[in-house]
Amino acid sequence: MDLTLKVWRQKNAKTKGHFETYQVKNISEGSSFLEMLDILNEQLVREGIDPVAVEKGCQSSGPVSFDHDCREGICGACSLYINGRAHGPDDEVTTCQLHMRKFKDGDTITIEPWRSAGFPVIKDLVVDRSAFDKILQAGGFISVRTGGVPDANAIPIAKEKADESMDAAACIGCGACVATCKNGSAMLFVAARVSSLALLPQGKIEGARRAKAMVAKMDELGFGNCTNTRACEMECPKHITVSHIARLNREFLCAKFKD
Amino acid sequence: MADILNSKIPDGPLAEKWSKHKASIRVVTPGNKRKLDIIVIGTGLGGASAAASLGELGYNVKVFCISDSPRRAHSIAAQGGINAAKNYQNDNDSVYRLFYETIKGGDYRSREANVYRLAEVSNNIIDQCVAQGVPFAREYGGLLANRSFGGATVSRTFYARGQTGQQLLLGAYAALNRQVAAGTVKSYPRHEMLDVVLVNGEAKGIIARNLVTGAIERFGAHAVVIASGGYGNTYFLSTNAMNSNGSAAWQCYKKGAFFANPCFAQIHPTCIPVHGEQQSKLTLMSESLRNDGRIWVPKKLEDVEKLRKHEIKPSQIAEEDRDYYLERRYPAFGNLVPRDVASRAAKERCDAGFGVNETGLAVFLDFKTAIDRLGEDKIRERYGNLFQMYEKITAVNPYKEPMMIYPAIHYTMGGIWVDYNLQTTVPGLYAIGEANFSDHGGNRLGASALMQGLADGYFILPYTIGDYLAGHFKDGPVNVDTPEFDEAEKAVKEKIEKLFSIKGKRSVDSIHKELGHIMWEHVGMARNEAGLKEGIKLIQALKQEFWSNVFVPGSNFEFNQELEKALRLADFLEIGELMARDALNRSESCGGHFREESQTEEGETKRDDEHFMYVAAWEYTGEGKEPKLHKEPLKYENIKIATRNYKD
Repeated sequence: MDLTLKVWRQKNAKTKGHFETYQVKNISEGSSFLEMLDILNEQLVREGIDPVAVEKGCQSSGPVSFDHDCREGICGACSLYINGRAHGPDDEVTTCQLHMRKFKDGDTITIEPWRSAGFPVIKDLVVDRSAFDKILQAGGFISVRTGGVPDANAIPIAKEKADESMDAAACIGCGACVATCKNGSAMLFVAARVSSLALLPQGKIEGARRAKAMVAKMDELGFGNCTNTRACEMECPKHITVSHIARLNREFLCAKFKD
Repeated sequence: MADILNSKIPDGPLAEKWSKHKASIRVVTPGNKRKLDIIVIGTGLGGASAAASLGELGYNVKVFCISDSPRRAHSIAAQGGINAAKNYQNDNDSVYRLFYETIKGGDYRSREANVYRLAEVSNNIIDQCVAQGVPFAREYGGLLANRSFGGATVSRTFYARGQTGQQLLLGAYAALNRQVAAGTVKSYPRHEMLDVVLVNGEAKGIIARNLVTGAIERFGAHAVVIASGGYGNTYFLSTNAMNSNGSAAWQCYKKGAFFANPCFAQIHPTCIPVHGEQQSKLTLMSESLRNDGRIWVPKKLEDVEKLRKHEIKPSQIAEEDRDYYLERRYPAFGNLVPRDVASRAAKERCDAGFGVNETGLAVFLDFKTAIDRLGEDKIRERYGNLFQMYEKITAVNPYKEPMMIYPAIHYTMGGIWVDYNLQTTVPGLYAIGEANFSDHGGNRLGASALMQGLADGYFILPYTIGDYLAGHFKDGPVNVDTPEFDEAEKAVKEKIEKLFSIKGKRSVDSIHKELGHIMWEHVGMARNEAGLKEGIKLIQALKQEFWSNVFVPGSNFEFNQELEKALRLADFLEIGELMARDALNRSESCGGHFREESQTEEGETKRDDEHFMYVAAWEYTGEGKEPKLHKEPLKYENIKIATRNYKD
């Protein structure tokens, strides 16, 4: 299929960005969205090699930068706002798992980076998500050191609890929840971690303290508040639900009562 | 030669070696640990667990990763599980059995002492992960569940749905975050190590590129730990993440660390087949699927023809017309034979014309029997995310029609040579996880990579590195304003400038794809002398082409992904050549390394223990010169060497 791409180009964090329009041809519908971008980049590199093409008006400003790594939906590196939706038009997938059969020949596709105060642009479609690391450093762990822990089967955990903990732990830290939230809130991301640990006896002990520390860090880093629009849940590629936000709020209130 | 390669295996009975060794090595006192800096390269299971554990001990740790966050390291993508000798199933598992099956699975090309230690600490890993909040799968009684993996006679694999690597890495990353908050670890994301710096023959730091600004920076330390994973992306198409690379390890090789068994690359039997030329990577379908999936191709070529023309669906082929070739050839292990065996068997059927898709390079992995027996819900609970992933990629519903799969490059058993302390041939330079060579021999068993990464990082390196550092706490901080650092930085800058100055006509990816084709064709699933010699010539010519005709756009002083790829490809071109040389030298077949000249009448691997029961450790001798081969003989004192048999 042949496509028109409108891609956000931005040299670095300090300069202003703009959209550029490109044409790509002969894209196989079995290709992934990122493979389509690889083809665009191969084309843009070729144009850079050929100065005549540049003179002829190809608006190339070098290949488009975008974050990606595992290309199987688990590392959380890929992002992209595609036609106004985080991770594109398919449900419960990351951009790297989006396939071109979801588009039609002749389509125009608009591609933007995550847009949120918490995620400044580094270049083109690449944003800085280091705020997520900082939130987890504030308390997203169980305070055990290596060694000196009990046998793995010493504390039985109800299967339902372990499964629910796993549901929350499936978060890949991609940031789609923040990017899609009108308030730029990181509540679903924080809730996934708090809830996953609070559901387990090992993590319950520090539950309240963890919730308080992580929420405080989230606020400090400029993420917005949650107003229950549930957009995050809709766009989460791992289908993490807002019920975990309810659990976060419970842990957070516990912490406040103790203060 | 023996004096150069001292593996430092402790004396005494196998089961006592590690305890005895721990008691005999030196430790650094708590007050002195604060005076020592350690650099860790990579934040996968090995790197993250090592950095966290070393930070807890009180060392000053600097940890580097090329991603935007340590959590994105490729360990995150491991699906199926992690082995441990817990014997929770009461199926007669033990440390000895895990040890024995790992040595056998590796086709008798790994070290007894290392593998025994790995099996010994495997149980601590599970305890540790549960304490960190890893939500392993559980039974209704609340205790941990297990499943089976290839090459094992017992059910010893712990798992978290199809996302075990993710959950274990999030555990190690959380431990790392805790240390970052405590101030013992400083994290450097989006930084790539471009050289290791040696002072008086000892590792004292690195040169790294800040991937956001392009700045070339110096970092000093009393020891450097390489945990940068494997070099599977030499083949371009593999199940590795796009940015996984062999460059950190390769710089160590060029500074004097020996590189061991580079030809041992694992080809995983169950990956989604290649769809076409636009493909950028291959997706793995977990080995755990072989617990319930049955692998087959049609018995009749006319059915194959109809499948390729889409005239029939696979589910329409009658039971008696299906060839469940693994069950036929290996009745004892059936669909759960080790990876190398399953991969070659698939290739054999496809070479004979029975490949089931248009390209002729695919076989079926079918869940019908399991769904009939257990119901669709049970299968969804076990493998739901994998089935979803498969359907998203192929648009085929695997609950209704079988999956199509084909082997692909997945893991490299070879790597930097290390002694029992995980130290390389360069003092102060360590290698852990997939980056080293030590535990998997010619073939790694499923669910053992996670085990090794965490064993090295949590429980082995934190002890052994103290033995070296105990001699260095009086050194004071490492000064980076020295001629050695000047020289290394200059060399890195010159290499980058050279790449930009070529201004040729080919993109980095086009050359990488060509390298991948050469590797798959000549250093792939089946290798022979003529092909390997031809492969070496082609790789050398392609290296010439790269250094004279590549085009790298942009500049160094910006976020530049084309430059990152070019630097990595420069090393892949050299790694590929060493892999081919090693494969040429090892004229036996063993594990994943199949030399066509050395096979049994039934087409199975034929080892040559008389001539090749050694680790091949290669020494760099300079640009354009042939590397020098050193041999570390392998001694088996506790295991009886046998022909690997998965038939009866």
